[in-house]
Amino acid sequence: MNEESAQAVFGTAPQQTQDDSVKAEVDRLNFYYGDYRGLKDITLRVYNKRVTALIGPSGCGKSTFLRCFNRIHDLYPGNRYEGSIRLYPDNIDILGRAIDPIDVRMRIGMVFQKPSPFPTTIFENVAYGPRLRGLAPRAAVADKVEQALRGAALWDEVKDRLHTLASNLSGGQQQRLCIARALAADPELLLFDEPTSALDPIATASIEELISSLKDTVSILIVTHNMQQAARCSDYTAFLYMGELIEFGETDQIFIRPTKRETEDYITGRFG
Amino acid sequence: MSNGEHLSKQYDHELETLRSRTLQMGGMVEAQVQAAITSYERPDDKVADQVIEGDRAINAQEVELDRDVVNMIVRRQPTAGDLRMIIGVARTTTELERIGDEATKIARAAKWHFEKQRSVRTPRLRDIHTSALAAAGMLRGALDAFARLDSAAAAAIIEEDRGVDQQFQAILRQLITFMMEDPRTISASLDAVWVAKAIERIGDHAKNIAEHVIFVAQGTDVRHASPEEIARAVSSE
Repeated sequence: MNEESAQAVFGTAPQQTQDDSVKAEVDRLNFYYGDYRGLKDITLRVYNKRVTALIGPSGCGKSTFLRCFNRIHDLYPGNRYEGSIRLYPDNIDILGRAIDPIDVRMRIGMVFQKPSPFPTTIFENVAYGPRLRGLAPRAAVADKVEQALRGAALWDEVKDRLHTLASNLSGGQQQRLCIARALAADPELLLFDEPTSALDPIATASIEELISSLKDTVSILIVTHNMQQAARCSDYTAFLYMGELIEFGETDQIFIRPTKRETEDYITGRFG
Repeated sequence: MSNGEHLSKQYDHELETLRSRTLQMGGMVEAQVQAAITSYERPDDKVADQVIEGDRAINAQEVELDRDVVNMIVRRQPTAGDLRMIIGVARTTTELERIGDEATKIARAAKWHFEKQRSVRTPRLRDIHTSALAAAGMLRGALDAFARLDSAAAAAIIEEDRGVDQQFQAILRQLITFMMEDPRTISASLDAVWVAKAIERIGDHAKNIAEHVIFVAQGTDVRHASPEEIARAVSSE
C-alpha cells in the first residue's frame, strides 16, 4: 500500500515521525525564568514505553526540563517557553498556546520528590482524578481505584483500609499512592522528579521495581541525583549541564563509554 | 578517558595503585618468561627451578588484584573510564597469570631436557629463540600500551601476533620433517613442540592484553574483530 492509498483508506496524513517508537519529540526547547535562560536549545526524543533518565548536577535544568512537559511553569508569571514538545501519536505541540495545560496534565502525570498525598483517605486520593474527568458510577470509580492501586503495587497493602487517611501510610507507601493517583488518569507519559530521594533503600527498591513494570504501559521520564538509580532503571540517559543537553544516549553507552568529557567527569565523580 | 581528579582522593589513590600493581605484576611475568627461555636454551635446571618457584608469587598477585577489583566494584560502583580500567585490570591479570603458567611449562621442559642430558641437540632451537624474542617483545609492548593507554600501539601488537602464529606453524612443519628423517629425535622434538606452543600461547595472551587496552582506552571491544575492524576502531579515537 503506498502512502496515497493509505491516506485514502485511513483518512489521515502521514505523521512527521513515522514509527511509533517515539512518544515525544523536544525540538530546540528554550525556557526562561524572566530574563534567565534556564534551558538552552534542547533537542531530544522521548522513546515510547521506555524509561529516560535525566541526570546532571544541581541547577543544571533537569527539573526545569521535566516541568515543561506538564506545563507547571505556567503557574508562575514571567516564565516563557520557546521551541516545541510534540506528543505522539497525535503530533500536538504541548507548549502550543492553543493547548490547555489541564488537558496536558490529564495525559502526562507527575510524581514529586516528596510524597504529596491529599489530606484525605487513600481511596479519595486515587478517585479524585477519574471523578474530575467525569467518571461517576460508584462501581466504576471503585474499579478504577483498585486498578490504579494494583498498578502501583500498593493494593495488597491497603485494600483493607482504603478509607483511612493517606497520611498514615509510610513514606514509600505514600509515594506509591501518588503513583497510583497519577496512574488513575491513564497517563501516556509519567514524570518522576527524584521520586526516591526521601525514601529508604527498601522503599527505593520497590519504586524502582515499579518503574520497570510501568514501562509496559507508559513512557517515563525520571530526574534523579542518584546515578546508580539512573543506571539501574533507565533505558536512555540524558546528561544536562548548565541548561544544555550535553549528551543523550542509551544508558549502557552513557555509563560505559560516554563520548563527552563533561559526561565522563560527572558520572565518574571528577571535578567538572 | 578523563584524566581529571576525583572528588574522592582516596578513589584516585586506589585506582592508581591498582594500575601500578598490574604493571608490576606484568614486570614479574616478563622476567619469568625471559628466565624460562634462558633455562630451556642453556639448559639450566637451577634457573628452571626458580621459574617454577616464582610462579607462586604471580598466582598470589592475581588473587590479590582480583580481590581489589571486586572490592572497588562494591565500594565505588565505578562508571565509564574508571569501570573500563577496573575491568581491564581484571582481564589483564588473568592473561598475565596464564603467561606465567606458560613460562612454567617452558621451565619444566628445560628441566626435562637437562635431566635427560640429551645428546641430540634439538635442531630448531634458533627458530624457537626467534619466536621467543617476538612473543616476549609483544608482551613488553602490550604492557607499555597498557601503561600509556595507547590504542594505536595496542593495535600494532595485535597485528604482530600473526607473525608469532606463523613462526609456530613453521617450527612445527620443520620438526615433523626432522622426526620423519630420524625417529631418534622424536622425544626431543616433541619437547621442542611443547615449548614452541607455550611461546605461541604467550603471544596470544599478549595480544589479548592489547585488546583489553583498546577496551580501557576507548570502550570498544575488539576481541574476535577483523584487522580492518580494529583499525577502524582505533582510528575513530
